[in-house]
Amino acid sequence: MQATRRVSHDSYRLARCLGACVLVAASIAASAQSAPVQSLVGRQAPQFARRDLHGHTIDLRSLRGKVVLLNFWATWCAPCQTEMPVFSEWQRTYGPQGFQVIGISMDDDSDAARKLVEKLGLAYPVAMGDAKLGEQYGEVLGLPKTFLIGRDGKVLAQFQGESALKSIERSIKSALQ
Amino acid sequence: MRTDSVIQKCALVLFSLALGALTAMPGRAQFAAQPVSALTIPAAQLMQPEELNKLLQRPQSLKPLILQVGSRVIFDEAHIAGAEYAGPGSHAEGLLTLRDRVSSLSRKTSIVIYCGCCPWNRCPNVGPAYKLLSDMGFVHLKVLYMADDFGTDWVNMGYPVDRH
Repeated sequence: MQATRRVSHDSYRLARCLGACVLVAASIAASAQSAPVQSLVGRQAPQFARRDLHGHTIDLRSLRGKVVLLNFWATWCAPCQTEMPVFSEWQRTYGPQGFQVIGISMDDDSDAARKLVEKLGLAYPVAMGDAKLGEQYGEVLGLPKTFLIGRDGKVLAQFQGESALKSIERSIKSALQ
Repeated sequence: MRTDSVIQKCALVLFSLALGALTAMPGRAQFAAQPVSALTIPAAQLMQPEELNKLLQRPQSLKPLILQVGSRVIFDEAHIAGAEYAGPGSHAEGLLTLRDRVSSLSRKTSIVIYCGCCPWNRCPNVGPAYKLLSDMGFVHLKVLYMADDFGTDWVNMGYPVDRH
């Protein structure tokens, strides 16, 4: 009887110990050393569809056959606001050749984004982004971040931070040929 | 003549009322978010990412309170392990959130604030947040220096993050 009770007690302690180990392992996994973000270049651009600030649907799949410049930005990002009027100009210049810019605002609320888009008079659609879309694109943990997507839907290049606009334009021209 | 006098009195009353309303809410008035460049933060108050990472790895060390004062969307994607979100420093509402979070703390509390939304010299958030905490009297206050952004200077370095 006593032996049974001791076995039962030992099992209980073992279970508690295992439980604690699982909890520790889970907490270590949750705040693990972060793996460097992988580049998406050469891979299929993650599919998304969402409404732009005017209520029209932006579906990346429907843009297959076009060269797409996907730009993550925010109203509080000063370098983003340097780039956006240039992207708008490119939309007007290269649009007829099958080029499409899409803006994704990473602002916390859409009102600020809408005001800036109206102020800049952008010639391309803008949708609101979120953590989920950022994660799909390899984590957008700093702005601006821009992806150039080829006609076949594969990511041709990605640009992080203040990039040389001439370099981006060269890549666009090359992709359009 | 009499009409002028009435108008003058009315103007005086309105001016007094406006002045009274302003002085009645000093807490809010000071939170009109003023742009403060990250470049105004004294070099001695900056902390390098590597230094914070070492501090977090040391088992026995007292961990600072780490506050992200930038984008909520970026925070939701990933943030420094153990960090809390405290509102964007470039917005008046963000500074109120930050003030509310720290107001009851001892002014000797170790605090590290960070943003990493954009390249350091273009960050709109850390400057106002640093100024607020400094003005509140926090003496062990550091600002994490991120030259490029949070992804480049923290996540890609393999330092610890929490996701969701």
